Amino acid sequence: MHIPDGYLGPATSGFFCLLMLPLWAAAARIVKKTLKARQVPLLAIGAAFSFVIMMFNVPIPGGSTGHAVGGVLVAILLGPWAAMIAITVALAVQALLFGDGGVTAIGANCFNMAVILPFVGYGVYRLVGAGASQDSRRRVVAAFVAGYVGINAAALLAGVEFGLQPLLHHTADGQALYCPYGLKVAVTAMVGEHVLVFGWVEAVVTAMVFKYLQRQAPELLGQDVRA
Amino acid sequence: MKTATKLWLALGALIVLSPAGLILPERFKSGSAWGEWGADEMERLVGYVPQGLKRLSEAWNAPMPDYALKGCQGKGLAHLSLAYILSAMAGVILIVLVVWLLGKILVKKSE
Repeated sequence: MHIPDGYLGPATSGFFCLLMLPLWAAAARIVKKTLKARQVPLLAIGAAFSFVIMMFNVPIPGGSTGHAVGGVLVAILLGPWAAMIAITVALAVQALLFGDGGVTAIGANCFNMAVILPFVGYGVYRLVGAGASQDSRRRVVAAFVAGYVGINAAALLAGVEFGLQPLLHHTADGQALYCPYGLKVAVTAMVGEHVLVFGWVEAVVTAMVFKYLQRQAPELLGQDVRA
Repeated sequence: MKTATKLWLALGALIVLSPAGLILPERFKSGSAWGEWGADEMERLVGYVPQGLKRLSEAWNAPMPDYALKGCQGKGLAHLSLAYILSAMAGVILIVLVVWLLGKILVKKSE
């Protein structure tokens, strides 16, 4: 889901970079108000966890690869605004140091994976887990569903961003200037592979770690950073 | 053991295991992630390399492209796996430093 440089035209790249600026500012403001010093190591572990989990490429035999993001888990533990900061740091390091995800596409990639993924995931978690205690089974189910829905929402958006390019930018003779695949192909591919495969990976990772923390470190649950 | 220690150890374990994310796609003959093809793959897929894509794809020259070490392309899977682990370590160290720095700036002084 890491859109590389060259797949998005300047209009799309620019739009998402501009869109991210107030979101990053809001995240900084909110996290400044609510994050406690003792939670900083957890934020660092969350960002590092998200980075490393994205290195576990899961193959579709003979097809493409994909991976979990781990961002929904960070959102459940520390809240979506803190997750946004953690995932942004991971994505920036991936783009700058490893060329994974474009530098020009950083705004779009952050909006997909550091905003939509944790916020949608967090919303679903709150909805499904509403009223259940932190140590309940329903919270584990909520984490599972949240991981699945969160990453699929991000994949859908990435598909739309890819798919808009041939409409926005093409030469006089119809050749695409950036991503050559239209909405139908791009959305089908991105959503399809995440609905069928990678969504389940995010769901299992989120639920498994959540269940482990319920048993081993219940003090980490229920301390999310909110305004 | 303190919870934080356990989590750091788990992170270390993930780093050591990370080459699975390199070896499994190789084993199952999987290609690139959708929409993350290089210029030559793009040419094979659609018959041409979009002009803007060709121009922008060189916008940034990453020091450790694709979690590998520069100048070591074409080396065996063992070599690539080691580079993958080193990349994971480098990435984690950098991320922890950045978050720690952000924490210094953002966190409430009163506690």
